[in-house]
Amino acid sequence: MAKHKNVLPGFNLTLGYTLLYLSLIVLIPLSAAFIKTTELSFDEFWAVVTAPRVLASYKLTFGASLIGALINAVFGLLTAWVLVRYTFPGKKIIDALVDLPFALPTAVAGIALTAVYAGNGWIGSLLEPHGIKVAFTPIGVIIALTFIGLPFVVRTVQPVLEDLEAETEEAAASLGANRLQTFTKVILPTLWPALLTGFALAFARAIGEYGSVIFIAGNVPFVSEITPLIIITKLEQYEYASATAVAVVMLVISFLLLFAINGLQWWATRRNGSSH
Amino acid sequence: MSNTTSSQYASYHSKVSRSRATSEPAWIRWTLIITTLVFLSLFLFVPLLAVFTEALRKGFDTYITALTDSDALSAIKLTLIAAAIAVPLNLVFGVAAAWAIAKFEFKGKSILITLIDLPFAVSPVIAGLIYVLIFGLQGWFGSYLSDHDFKVIFAIPGIVLATIFVTFPFVARELIPLMQAQGKDEEEAGLVLGASGWQILWRITLPNIKWGLLYGVILTNARAMGEFGAVSVVSGHIRGMTNTMPLHVEILYNEYNYAAAFAVASLLALLALVTLVLKSFVEWQVARNASINEHSN
Repeated sequence: MAKHKNVLPGFNLTLGYTLLYLSLIVLIPLSAAFIKTTELSFDEFWAVVTAPRVLASYKLTFGASLIGALINAVFGLLTAWVLVRYTFPGKKIIDALVDLPFALPTAVAGIALTAVYAGNGWIGSLLEPHGIKVAFTPIGVIIALTFIGLPFVVRTVQPVLEDLEAETEEAAASLGANRLQTFTKVILPTLWPALLTGFALAFARAIGEYGSVIFIAGNVPFVSEITPLIIITKLEQYEYASATAVAVVMLVISFLLLFAINGLQWWATRRNGSSH
Repeated sequence: MSNTTSSQYASYHSKVSRSRATSEPAWIRWTLIITTLVFLSLFLFVPLLAVFTEALRKGFDTYITALTDSDALSAIKLTLIAAAIAVPLNLVFGVAAAWAIAKFEFKGKSILITLIDLPFAVSPVIAGLIYVLIFGLQGWFGSYLSDHDFKVIFAIPGIVLATIFVTFPFVARELIPLMQAQGKDEEEAGLVLGASGWQILWRITLPNIKWGLLYGVILTNARAMGEFGAVSVVSGHIRGMTNTMPLHVEILYNEYNYAAAFAVASLLALLALVTLVLKSFVEWQVARNASINEHSN
């Protein structure tokens, strides 16, 4: 049975169409970015992608993305825990609203966060007397990147937490573990792959983010200018080759992250599969 | 104890309320719940509420005027056009890709799945950039297109292409695992009974995957209507011509016309809320069907 000939029709048609459409929309256009950079010599390429202003933008983009993803790892785990383990009024609505950053257009998120965290905004006006400026500073970038990465950790951890069987926790308790020990020694190890996957997804999404950041960032060169904005600025000055050079650096990093995430997910499903 | 009884016991046991040993004291529970709600309020609820209050700050008349302005209407129209083209194209692609990947074995399948996911890993700004490199005036087909007086970049075709790119994987990645899980027994049975390939697709496969399909379409549509970065690069921001709703929001906002910017933004926020409601509805349907199947087995 395992090696019988597949009798279903449509293989050539569907695979052919898939490859054609994938090539036309994704692969050929993406290859254009790599081909375009060959117009630059390696020294020119290196000078563009390591210019001080560009380096400062990497630092902000990767730093703020990392902090945002870390915030999401902690609070995403907490949110998933609360949604799976506890009951409280309005829980279903809150569960559905966690996906808001996936559904809300980034430009809307950007102006909304700016309105709330600006000096005269609802939250910004509470923080400013304490000397904390959020909007138009790198902190604003972190806020926006935390927002757009928020659902990832919750949605990767939630199903694993739901599948966790009470027996293992009971066994730990009956062997004398207190609740904190059970959490750190029994529950957390099971959640690790999902938590890491969610963290990596949030981080990857944050690196490329543009729409929600540019409104709240203030976009000051060397201070609050993200790398995607550098690409846009270069494009507006018709510096196509150098815009593309910076884009290629980001593409390579994104692709490496994609492979890392695929590896993590493979690890996660294998771990969950074997634990059942 | 046999396997079945032990798993029945486990599923019974996980449904009854947790004993004290595997739960937290009330004060910890409520501290965690309140911390979560504060976090979600700071990042989600308050900003969402701000969209609507800012939109209505100058009264309902200003709100309506902002939405019925001719530039706003043409932005709404262009957003609908882009979604109306991108969603069906990616839907057909998603079904075709899932059919090839789920029903057949071939070399390089996992590479293909990774490649389909690529657009999610690409910054929206770069998604716009690559089309400028191909169709822009300095691009591969730039001189050919300008000779034939056909504009892609800074025109509607570019906006549609960028929208297709950023929403490319949604339907496919929803359908591939679903169709892999369903296997191909029903399709093969149809074939034995004499159904043609198209009959199998329409009568067997599509009814089986309808909820997954709808889920993918909802996500595709939300992203298509809300895309900002990619569309911004290829649009050229020509008012009344190449502005989508998110781009119109940006222009109004940069002109300090906040009430109008938030009015258009509130429409997009409503779209997001409708998306979440539909999404929850589909998830509820799927969960219901799954539990019905479980009981009938």
